[in-house]
Amino acid sequence: MAENRHKSLGLSDEEVLDMYRTMLLARKIDERMWLLNRAGKIPFVISCQGQEAAQVGASYALDREKDYALPYYRDMGVVLSFGMTAQDLMLSGFAKAEDPNSGGRQMPGHFGQKKNRIVTGSSPVTTQVPHAVGIALAGKMEKKDFVSLVTFGEGSSNQGDFHEGANFAGVHKLPVIFMVENNKYAISVPVSKQLACEKVSDRAIGYGMPGHTVDGNDPLAVYEAVKEAADRGRRGEGPTLIETVSYRLTPHSSDDDDRTYREREEVEEAKKKDSIVTFANYLREQGILTEEKETEMNQEIDKIVNDATDYAENAEYADAESALRYVYEE
Amino acid sequence: MAVISYIQAVTQALREEMQRDEKVFVLGEDVGKRGGVFRATDGLYDEFGEDRVLDTPLAESAIAGVGIGAAMYGMRPVAEMQFADFIMPAVNQIISEAAKTRYRSNNDWSVPMTIRAPYGGGVHGALYHSQSVEAVFANQPGLKIVMPSTPYDVKGLLKASIRDNDPVLFFEHKRAYRLIKGEVPEEDYTLPLGKADVKREGSDITVITYGLCVHFALQAAEKLEEEGIDAHILDLRTVYPLDKEGIIEAASKTGKVLLVTEDNKEGGIISEVSAIISENCLFDLDAPVQRLAGPDVPAMPYAPTMEKYFMMNPDKVEKAMRDLAEF
Repeated sequence: MAENRHKSLGLSDEEVLDMYRTMLLARKIDERMWLLNRAGKIPFVISCQGQEAAQVGASYALDREKDYALPYYRDMGVVLSFGMTAQDLMLSGFAKAEDPNSGGRQMPGHFGQKKNRIVTGSSPVTTQVPHAVGIALAGKMEKKDFVSLVTFGEGSSNQGDFHEGANFAGVHKLPVIFMVENNKYAISVPVSKQLACEKVSDRAIGYGMPGHTVDGNDPLAVYEAVKEAADRGRRGEGPTLIETVSYRLTPHSSDDDDRTYREREEVEEAKKKDSIVTFANYLREQGILTEEKETEMNQEIDKIVNDATDYAENAEYADAESALRYVYEE
Repeated sequence: MAVISYIQAVTQALREEMQRDEKVFVLGEDVGKRGGVFRATDGLYDEFGEDRVLDTPLAESAIAGVGIGAAMYGMRPVAEMQFADFIMPAVNQIISEAAKTRYRSNNDWSVPMTIRAPYGGGVHGALYHSQSVEAVFANQPGLKIVMPSTPYDVKGLLKASIRDNDPVLFFEHKRAYRLIKGEVPEEDYTLPLGKADVKREGSDITVITYGLCVHFALQAAEKLEEEGIDAHILDLRTVYPLDKEGIIEAASKTGKVLLVTEDNKEGGIISEVSAIISENCLFDLDAPVQRLAGPDVPAMPYAPTMEKYFMMNPDKVEKAMRDLAEF
């Protein structure tokens, strides 16, 4: 039997199985959204596929009862981990009134849900980075011991808001975890044309924080790095930059065609490292994911996704004139 | 009542709000130990400490963005942009984030934040220390923009801005800081955002303006009174969203309207005021609505000849008022 890697991280068999279940749920919701998009039922999809391990591994390393998440548009794994449901996500996909993210105002992938401390986001990338710093600053002022996790792509690590936010957090030693989900492409532009440095984590030194690059297909490696960063933040030692390296398995969005800029062989090669496959293998090797459990889990998730789809499809849109509401406090 | 300067009113409002509510804090460049380059935060660092009077790195987008994050958490940050001209790197945070947070989250999240910035010319500040930037933000629903003219208004409106549950841009005329003095009550008070204020009652012509230009109009009105011209002066105070009722009432009162700003003429606040008047007051008007503003050049030049040519002053306002009265 292969080496047990999760026990030494303090993770029980149940916890790693739950991590896998959340990864699989994210994948299956995402796949359903593509089907719905291609069937003409929802206008837009932007995917988490290929990044579930990083998203779930990071989230499970946090205290999901008090820490804050500032996700970017691919972070279905993060928001599911923080308490958003499949139904919530489908309501967002169908732009229905009950969508807790925005009541159908924003495109899918623009997450936000205050009750779960998932901070609302926009489309101009990287603006959430200073927000995470501000939330951590507020926590420090109020003498709370939560941390904020902010995620973004490697392309975003070129934006001023990343550098300004990271520097601010470094100067003030704030408990922020900056997690770059490096999926090798910013739409069509590869890492080689995005970064002059070898790794995004090389940028950490400029802001007085440690930087780590980990395998983004390995939820346990990500868990370990984020756990350490969260502990460090709670101890008042400041922020950490973590780069998770994986691969974007889908086109950028439902409106993109990635055949125009990358080879199919490259995508097929990446699929061999897909965490949904590799982490399932690990759990099977450990005797945690038995055939019976896997069947049960698949059936359960299929039902969740079906029910969520049905519910969202049949839910009401917001009244047209409700577009006038909530510009200011009412 | 004590007579204090415009900038002392800023400091008093900040101090009293920080004493009243522990969630209020100040952040910006040089606001801490130095007390601000204009000394607007003078004494606050000693009274409240470095955690609540935060000297930030020189990075405007972070000043705005970190403030937004803290506000979304539930704090009441008051961010300072050292000069309004330097707010541009923070525009994405202000327009894409602060202005839209409540709307895009369907009322789930909000940004109770105030951003203060000194604006305006006549101080040998040249292109990048003289600008009026309100028009950049004045078509962004979700934002409020306050531009007070007197110490009394500064204190009451800044307190109201800090207590407001939405983002407010609070632009202070830097030449007014020490030039303009006025009576300010000792006791706690706020003034309503979104409400214009009649600064002078009159019956012949109406001047609608804001900021330092209010004083130019008041000075001109005094001179014109000797000529038998009685001017009604409306101070917008909040330039976005505009007090439509107050504007319509003031315009209708005399039927002759002069709009004054030291900003460039085209596409500014007064253009919108003019549109409100033309939509609502056609049958009350006795003359075409007049705009008096800076020229449409990028910004105010440094050399005194050119600066004076660009900058508004009481003589320019007086002439425009007289011309309108004689129409």
